[in-house]
Amino acid sequence: MFEIFGLPSQALFGQLLLGLINGSFYALLSLGLAVIFGMLNIINFSHGAQYMMGAFTAYLLLQYAGIGYWESLVIAPIVVGATGILIERLFLQHLRQLDPLYGLLLTFGLALIIEGLFRNTYGSSGQPYQVPATLQGGRNLGFMFLPNYRAWVIVFSLTVCLATWFAIERTRLGSYLRAATENPVLVRAFGINVPRMVTLTYGFGVGLAALAGVMAAPIYNVSPQMGSDLIIVVFAVVVIGGMGSIMGAIVTGFALGLVEGLTKVFFPEASNTVIFVIMAIVLLIRPAGLFGRAA
Amino acid sequence: MTIAGRVAFLAAVALVCAGTATARAQERTVKIGVLSDMSSLFSENSGPGSLVAARLAVEDFNPAAHGLKVEIVSADHQNKADIGANIARQWFDVDHVDAIVDMATSSVALAVSELAREKNKVLLVSAAATSDLTGQKCSPNTIHWSYDTWMLAHSTGKAMVTTGGDTWFFITADYAFGQALERDTTAVILANGGKVLGSVRHPINVNDFSSFLLQAQASKAKVVGLANAGGDTVNAIKQSAEFGLSKGGQQLAGLLVFIADVNALGLEAAQGLVLTASWYWDMTEGNRAFTKRWRAERPGRFPTMVHAGVYASVIHYLKTVAALKSDADGRTVIAKMKEMPTEDPLFGKGFIRADGRKIHDAYLFEVKRPDESRYPGDYYKLRAIVPAAEAFRPLKDGGCPLVTN
Repeated sequence: MFEIFGLPSQALFGQLLLGLINGSFYALLSLGLAVIFGMLNIINFSHGAQYMMGAFTAYLLLQYAGIGYWESLVIAPIVVGATGILIERLFLQHLRQLDPLYGLLLTFGLALIIEGLFRNTYGSSGQPYQVPATLQGGRNLGFMFLPNYRAWVIVFSLTVCLATWFAIERTRLGSYLRAATENPVLVRAFGINVPRMVTLTYGFGVGLAALAGVMAAPIYNVSPQMGSDLIIVVFAVVVIGGMGSIMGAIVTGFALGLVEGLTKVFFPEASNTVIFVIMAIVLLIRPAGLFGRAA
Repeated sequence: MTIAGRVAFLAAVALVCAGTATARAQERTVKIGVLSDMSSLFSENSGPGSLVAARLAVEDFNPAAHGLKVEIVSADHQNKADIGANIARQWFDVDHVDAIVDMATSSVALAVSELAREKNKVLLVSAAATSDLTGQKCSPNTIHWSYDTWMLAHSTGKAMVTTGGDTWFFITADYAFGQALERDTTAVILANGGKVLGSVRHPINVNDFSSFLLQAQASKAKVVGLANAGGDTVNAIKQSAEFGLSKGGQQLAGLLVFIADVNALGLEAAQGLVLTASWYWDMTEGNRAFTKRWRAERPGRFPTMVHAGVYASVIHYLKTVAALKSDADGRTVIAKMKEMPTEDPLFGKGFIRADGRKIHDAYLFEVKRPDESRYPGDYYKLRAIVPAAEAFRPLKDGGCPLVTN
């Protein structure tokens, strides 16, 4: 066994892997944000609340309907995505002509309202949710003990991320979507229903947040403020990756998970701050973000 | 508005203000502020529940019978010392608040304690934990009610070390409370022949503890001490089960675990956890009766030792103000509170020491298995009682200037 920076290599590998797992949450959440911003030009500040709603939907389904984790993985994103569609129809579509700042303020307000409602109903200390039976336990990798559930998280979120990237950047539907953001009038002239496409895209982005929420429920405390704890970090990820860049969000999500993981070993006190330090540096050097195109 | 109009308006405002000022002087209103975390990770253990407890205390005291009028106000300090101090300053200076109760979060409590001393008001802490409040940072204007880090460390720490858990690794919240808890527990471990193999400090309110748990696992310590609170503790315990800490032969010691945390974990994840508290809702008839009234306003939740402390401290404060017939001088009120023995339905008979420490028993509990729990909230079984005389740091060891000078 050799040492890196005074740390046994085994411990370091373990920490890197954990960083990647956390990064997969960042990636999944920032992906949803990037999709919504890239396609709708809306800075969706209620993303954290929608992530929390995903986790709570899983909890409520289990508590009141006996519906387990696997079904929730499908149902919760659909239910929460539907609320997203409602929000888009009721509010966001009216803001499309305005500065993105208005959308930001609206979604921020919505996030506060949603969080307040959940806090009022369920309290702030959280609800229990167990790891599904099939994924309990773990395996010894030699350099660390890897819980099965975490292995699942990393594999599944990577799959979802890549599938989303593929759908938007490489398929015909994705090309319509991108065209509609560039020039909606022209795309409508080709007979494509742009408003509906935009609504569904928002619903999809929200669904991604809910999906991340369901995945977080067994390992993080399911509480009303679980989203607001995370959302600021995720915004930093999106800014570092470049607003609206799909691949940028995915790569930056995983990469910052790694950086944060390493900080937790060498200087744990700063683990909350390190991402923002990186954000400040990136903004100074490349204001459009690592993967963004300068406007 | 014309100039004459403005003058008339200002005059009217001045008249109204003067009117309320005289009214205040005649009725002798006592104003109590519940300053707490109302919305974030500690709000379930203190927060809105403390407001309910304070109201119940006022109701039971029956101020009208003592010629008093009691008003309660509350605010959210968001666990930030600067916000807490600003609210307290406004309460003391502008809103005529006489006493602040609850006072969650140690860092905020230390800041407000200094302020209460400066303004000569009353601070009754039952939510914050740092034992410094009655140690080096003790104040003639502060009383520390429910529990402190020394009590938690000694009760839980000693129980663990004497039953074989003699090597420790700490996962510590990086602020006044966590550091005090780690320091106090370390002293207990060393005094009982144990060893501390390492520790890691995490920022408050983190989601993921896996990295810290892995470091704890690598340390091979027999006990992993969680010197944190609220959502942080819940996340750490939840994830330690996932990483198989207890299956690997390591024991978890939750140094500050509230009943709401156990509820959030579920008995499946929390069972077997050893913890210390100075009050449990299901211990006596008096506690159950209080819980029933409290739950009428906070359905689905259970009161904690913090809520009980708010209730008891408000009762004792009001009794003192009634006896003194004045609440004007904070230092005099606190001195009288220390002089008068305490008695209330939740903590029974007790007293307050010269350094501001309220003295009562502490209890070592173990969280029940899911099949042992018979009704909602039936979570703890009693493992040991730490008698009042041993539950808190001896007066001479605290280094409180009020005692030595």
